[in-house]
Amino acid sequence: MEAVFFILFGAVAVGASIMVVTRRHPLSSALYLLMALFSVAALFVLRQAHFLAAIQLILYAGAVIVLFIFVIMLINVPEERLPSERMTAMRVLGVAAAGILILESALLARRFAMPQPPVAEVGTVEAVGIALFTDYLLAFEITSVLLLAAVIGAISLAKKKI
Amino acid sequence: MVEPSAYLLLSAILFCIGVVGVVMRRNVLIILMSVELMLNGVNVAFVAAGSYLGDVAGGIFAFMVMTVAAAEAAVGLALLIALYRLKETIDVTELRILKW
Amino acid sequence: MVSGILDGLWLVPALPLLGVVLNGILALFVERPLLLPAAGPPSAAAGHGHGASYRTLVAFIAPGVVGAAFVVALLCVLSLAAAPPEGRIFVQVLFPWIQAGAFTAPVAFQLDPLSSVMALVVTGVGFLIHVYSVGYMSHERAFARYFVYLNLFMFAMLILVLADNYLLMFVGWEGVGLCSYLLIGFWYEKQSAADAGKKAFVVNRVGDFGFLLAMFLIFWTFGSVSYTEVFAKAPLLSGDGTLTTGLATAITLLMFLGAAGKSAQIPLYVWLPDAMEGPTPVSALIHAATMVTAGVYMIARSSALFLLAPDTMMVVAVIGAATAIFSATIGICQTDIKRVLAYSTVSQLGYMFLACGVGAFTAGIFHLTTHAFFKALLFLGSGSVIHALSGEQDMRKMGGLKKRVPVTFLTMFAATLAIAGIPGFSGFFSKDEILWKSFSSSMGSPVLWVVAAAAAGITAFYMFRLVFLTFFGTSRMDPEVEKHVHESPWTMTLPLSILAVLSVIGGFLGIPAVLGGAFGVPNLFEGWLEPVFRRAAPAAAHAAEEAAHHSAALEIGLMALSVGIALFGIGLAYFLYRARTEKPDEIARKWPTVYGVVFHKYYIDEFYEWAVVRRVVRGADWLWQMFDARFIDGIVDGAADIVRSAGDRIRRLQGGIVGGYAFSLLAGAVLLVGYILYRSIVQ
Repeated sequence: MEAVFFILFGAVAVGASIMVVTRRHPLSSALYLLMALFSVAALFVLRQAHFLAAIQLILYAGAVIVLFIFVIMLINVPEERLPSERMTAMRVLGVAAAGILILESALLARRFAMPQPPVAEVGTVEAVGIALFTDYLLAFEITSVLLLAAVIGAISLAKKKI
Repeated sequence: MVEPSAYLLLSAILFCIGVVGVVMRRNVLIILMSVELMLNGVNVAFVAAGSYLGDVAGGIFAFMVMTVAAAEAAVGLALLIALYRLKETIDVTELRILKW
Repeated sequence: MVSGILDGLWLVPALPLLGVVLNGILALFVERPLLLPAAGPPSAAAGHGHGASYRTLVAFIAPGVVGAAFVVALLCVLSLAAAPPEGRIFVQVLFPWIQAGAFTAPVAFQLDPLSSVMALVVTGVGFLIHVYSVGYMSHERAFARYFVYLNLFMFAMLILVLADNYLLMFVGWEGVGLCSYLLIGFWYEKQSAADAGKKAFVVNRVGDFGFLLAMFLIFWTFGSVSYTEVFAKAPLLSGDGTLTTGLATAITLLMFLGAAGKSAQIPLYVWLPDAMEGPTPVSALIHAATMVTAGVYMIARSSALFLLAPDTMMVVAVIGAATAIFSATIGICQTDIKRVLAYSTVSQLGYMFLACGVGAFTAGIFHLTTHAFFKALLFLGSGSVIHALSGEQDMRKMGGLKKRVPVTFLTMFAATLAIAGIPGFSGFFSKDEILWKSFSSSMGSPVLWVVAAAAAGITAFYMFRLVFLTFFGTSRMDPEVEKHVHESPWTMTLPLSILAVLSVIGGFLGIPAVLGGAFGVPNLFEGWLEPVFRRAAPAAAHAAEEAAHHSAALEIGLMALSVGIALFGIGLAYFLYRARTEKPDEIARKWPTVYGVVFHKYYIDEFYEWAVVRRVVRGADWLWQMFDARFIDGIVDGAADIVRSAGDRIRRLQGGIVGGYAFSLLAGAVLLVGYILYRSIVQ
């Protein structure tokens, strides 16, 4: 059962990702990105990471993608002024290098067999919450500082007069 | 039962697609989206590893990565707006004022 | 060990330093702004008038601190004198200065009879000259700057004489050299003054190099630079063979090189006559009374080492005698009043070295003291004359001043009698002591006596020539100058008078035993210094005792002979410059070669110019062209070129294209993952 859903959502994620990087208009890309993120959320569910799946949907779909679309509409670059994409030698090399990286990762992934099957429920809201507020409390608090910095940075950067 | 390596391979594929987007595209918006893809690919690996090993740390790391991704998107888009106002373009190849 | 008042010994050098600080503040913040806008000729009296209040302040501070230092020094010496002769040594350690391994050099002052004589002479004569300077420099614009230098000099000189180790002495040694340079070149807008300052500094460096090497050798041999330790160890080490005669000779010869540089002896005397470019009180203080005697002081201080090296003693004596007669002959033909005195100073310093060379350190220091009185007086008197004549220094344009500047004339005449060695005046006692010792000491010889006596005759001759040309006869002054002739203010005549009294009676401190013994008057000076030299070197006392073996009749006979020679010199001067004034020119015409050679100071300056200066300049030029311009600059430029060309190539990597950077990152990731894969396969 898991295998079927894995293949299904994995294929959707990969396909949507390819569409993200190949669409000419950013708005299309943004919508495909939404699709890819959705698939990844489904994969999280497959791995019993319910909390992260929920966060994935709320944070990415609800916030980041909306932000992207909002910016795309805000600056509203006319179709003809979108950057023209041409294949250059460096880009071909880039794709090739990415291919090599996939190959290497695949070979590397094969070499590490993980222990079967695990014990505890680690992806539930309860488990993540307990870990987050005990062992990882400091990291969690620092995250809030990071977000605060990002908020201030974004506001000050986007202001008309810098 | 799905092999752990399948998740890792999927993770690598998503990551590399993101890389290709960053390297190939000239549209800053799409580059930023590609970065989000890369981060997502990494998250897949984290979540899968955490669940197979029964360790909550994988999920926590994924959570941190998401936070960073959100912050990065916010700041990156703000930069993009400032840049667009200044240069009237979203083409990275035209952004070469670092080179004098 | 005595203490109490002596604990204030550190104040003696510290007070002039205070003067440096206070006057320095005035010079920097009050005087400099006044001088800056109107940069004109230095002697112009433009700075006079406005800002006079700070000048008054300087005029009180500068002599005040030196006078206070004199009082403190006097109190210290009096309390030292209260101690029994053998206990008359006081060391005040202020703080450790250098500590490196076994080597320690504290900042410590030592007061013993020798350094107390020097300290009193330096502060006493220094105070009088400070007072005199207030009058002499009253038209000077850079009034405060002058007194900063002068106070700094007093500080350095007192460090030199009071130091309790060679290293601290060297600090003072260099300090006085620096002040000498600054003060010779005081009127630095004048090319000749600036050159003379440089010449003095460079020639002194030659000597300093010797002193430094001597100091290294001393440390290498004794493991210390402290006087007490070195002199205590010297006999022991020479006994057990560590300190061979050769080593002692090397140390002392190098020290003598230093002394010859500072005290203007052959072959390093050439800077002193040129040093007369400085203001006259400076010539009196630094180049007659104090700094130039530092070499004599150093040798007397190191007598324990010198007595272990008979060869050096002979060199010192011969050089001293040679310098005495050599520069005396140059003095005959000089026309500049200050230059006559300069050569006379070189000659008198030669006497002091002669005394040290024959082991009569007491006589050397005694002559140093009396010379400080009468030579300072002569310089100050000549300054007064120059002041009266609005800056004229050429004796051919003087004459008949006796009635116009009576105080100056009387005091200078007293000093002239003293230097000529007329019985009863101070110079007679000290000079005759040296003459007698050079004859009678075990290290002396009749040849040295003859040379020294001849030099004494020449001294009497040129000094009376100076007096006759300046004060007697008819006036040869420019009419314009003659109108302004005036006696100097009291600030100048008072020091002259005090020094005149000292020049006359100073000699009675050291009446020779052969004369004083009859009246039961002891030789105070010798008695005072004797513990130093006996403690340092019993051999010196031995040599002195040996002198007593000669008969009193011989001593008195030689004394009479030397007085006779001096009187002959005076008579000759009277004959040539009073009675038959046309004669000197006739003589010059008759023997043009001899006259020319002497007039041009034996062409020594020209010889040095040819033999040393030109070669050094050419060598330096070669070094500059070959070594500096090609080699050093080549390395530096080459390094810069390599960096630039490398940067030029690496620059291309930074294309500014974001995709390029991303690709580099990707390539790095591929390589890194590839490496990890490789490692995992290999394992």
